[in-house]
Amino acid sequence: MPFTRPFTGAENFVILFQCDNYLDLSTCRKDIFWRAVFNTLKFSLIQVGLMVLLSLATALVLNRKIIGRGFWRGVFFYPVLLSPVVVALIWKWLLQSQGAFNAGLVAWGSAPIEWLTDSGWAFFWTVFVSIWAHMGFYTLILLAGLQAIPKDLYEAAEMDRASPWRTLTRITLPLLMPNLIVVLVLAAIRAVQVFDEVFVLTGGGPGSATTFIVQFIYQTGFAEQIHLYGLAAAASLALAFFLIILTLAQLRLTRASEAGQKVR
Amino acid sequence: MSTLNFLLRTRGRQSLDWTDVLSYAYLVIGLFTMFAPVVWLVMSSFKTEAAISQFPPSFLPYAQKTVMVEGHAKPLPLFLVKREDGSQKEMAQVNRIGIMANMIDPAAPEQRLQVNIRQREPVNEMKFAWNNYTDLFGKFTFGTYLWNSVFITVVATLLTLLINSMAAFALSKYKFKGQKSVFLLIIATLMIPPTIILVPVFLVINEVGLLNSLWGVILPAVATPTGVFLLRQYMLTIPDELIEAARMDHASEWRIYWRIVLPLSAPALAVLAIFSVMWRWNDFLLPLIVLSKNEFFTLQLALNSFQGELNTQWHYLLAMTVITLLPVTLVFAFLQRYITTGIAGAGVK
Repeated sequence: MPFTRPFTGAENFVILFQCDNYLDLSTCRKDIFWRAVFNTLKFSLIQVGLMVLLSLATALVLNRKIIGRGFWRGVFFYPVLLSPVVVALIWKWLLQSQGAFNAGLVAWGSAPIEWLTDSGWAFFWTVFVSIWAHMGFYTLILLAGLQAIPKDLYEAAEMDRASPWRTLTRITLPLLMPNLIVVLVLAAIRAVQVFDEVFVLTGGGPGSATTFIVQFIYQTGFAEQIHLYGLAAAASLALAFFLIILTLAQLRLTRASEAGQKVR
Repeated sequence: MSTLNFLLRTRGRQSLDWTDVLSYAYLVIGLFTMFAPVVWLVMSSFKTEAAISQFPPSFLPYAQKTVMVEGHAKPLPLFLVKREDGSQKEMAQVNRIGIMANMIDPAAPEQRLQVNIRQREPVNEMKFAWNNYTDLFGKFTFGTYLWNSVFITVVATLLTLLINSMAAFALSKYKFKGQKSVFLLIIATLMIPPTIILVPVFLVINEVGLLNSLWGVILPAVATPTGVFLLRQYMLTIPDELIEAARMDHASEWRIYWRIVLPLSAPALAVLAIFSVMWRWNDFLLPLIVLSKNEFFTLQLALNSFQGELNTQWHYLLAMTVITLLPVTLVFAFLQRYITTGIAGAGVK
């Protein structure tokens, strides 16, 4: 009942944000929160960058004259429909110490690697698996954008003997910019909220190497013995702050790109 | 060479450009990266418990051959035994003591032979362990998990279609004060991701008494802004004249909605239904906080709790995973075009 939970002012935020020495995060009262924040930032930067590049490359390939385009589009899109738990289990099975990857390494003649209990590799695989699972979605958005570019522009470029690279940088990319921004921001909003795949794949470990903000919220609010709803809600607001910034950035970027197109 | 050229040439060009070769190489690598993990999972799910813990693993499911021998109740494992004279013979193992194994010849079961275990090798055959799947329904409460998932998916999708289409009908076919602001308010909730409001949603569910109830998972996400948006945009294209004509004929508003607008919105409803089935079947975070008792677990939760156990029974876990991805794969195989165009059109997932 609400009245059994007294109003505590900013206490939960103080708990989250108080550090003895702000240059050394291990002195913070909730150092795990800060680690989650930094992990999330690192994850988002790497994952979003790779996601945009890979889905752009895939969309460009799929937009060419290829045989069986529908089939290939489906290939890249299929993992998008799988549930995060299934995605995580597929990869956990491949990456476990006696899995297919280590079998390959042993056959190659090198020593097996503990993919999911080594912090560097575990982080790499969270990035890889989340790209694997979601790339098809962004590819689809970019492909729709590519197909909306008028064909006569390319014919004109061919007449002028423009090199493929020049066609790409001067026609395709500028006209694809609105879709690229959508993809960039959607991917960023999703990346900041990463949870389920990683939770099943690594459980946030080893240590706190792959603990992200949503997992921190889940653990403080729901998983630990004493449910600290207030603290979890405060962390949610911190996450909301990130998301608001991202959304505002999207609005700014969209407006800028629209203005740029009007000039051109 | 000329047949190859004929097969590979594209219209307007005689043969393959190097960029085409590069494109196809990219696609084939993509095909492998996207599907090989899934294929590996499916093949592994047919391995027996013994085969699954083997290292290095094989791609195809192999299991040791067994034979029924007279005088023994259970089938005995077959081994290829190297005899002193260099010849080899298939023999069944009765039991094993230390490094010596008691073997018999299945054709002549009276004679026992002691064999050093280093001089025998198991005889393997390709065998699909279907009992990984059949055991699930007997040994575990797997049926309950499956039922919970199906119940949530079906009921939630039906409710989503009903409620969202009613909202979309009102927003597209009626003119009233504040119509635009109501629509904007609904769309604005798209900006609030479910992870942010996890705590308040949980507290409300708790207060209403729906904790550990399937309805606690179904109800909170029944009204989706995506669905309202999708359906409203579609219903705007239905001509108002149809509705006016129906009113002339004294059709009630409910009848107009049920008999005219809903059937005409079937394509949009189908897209939303596909989305809703996907969302619900794959949902994880909400069930995770609402359903904590074993008997209410959905498939996703059961998979998660199963893999968290100390001694993961991978042969059952993999079979369960395959069953979980099966409906989504079937839906995808048959409705791929609708899903991809729906997503490209609405920009949502």
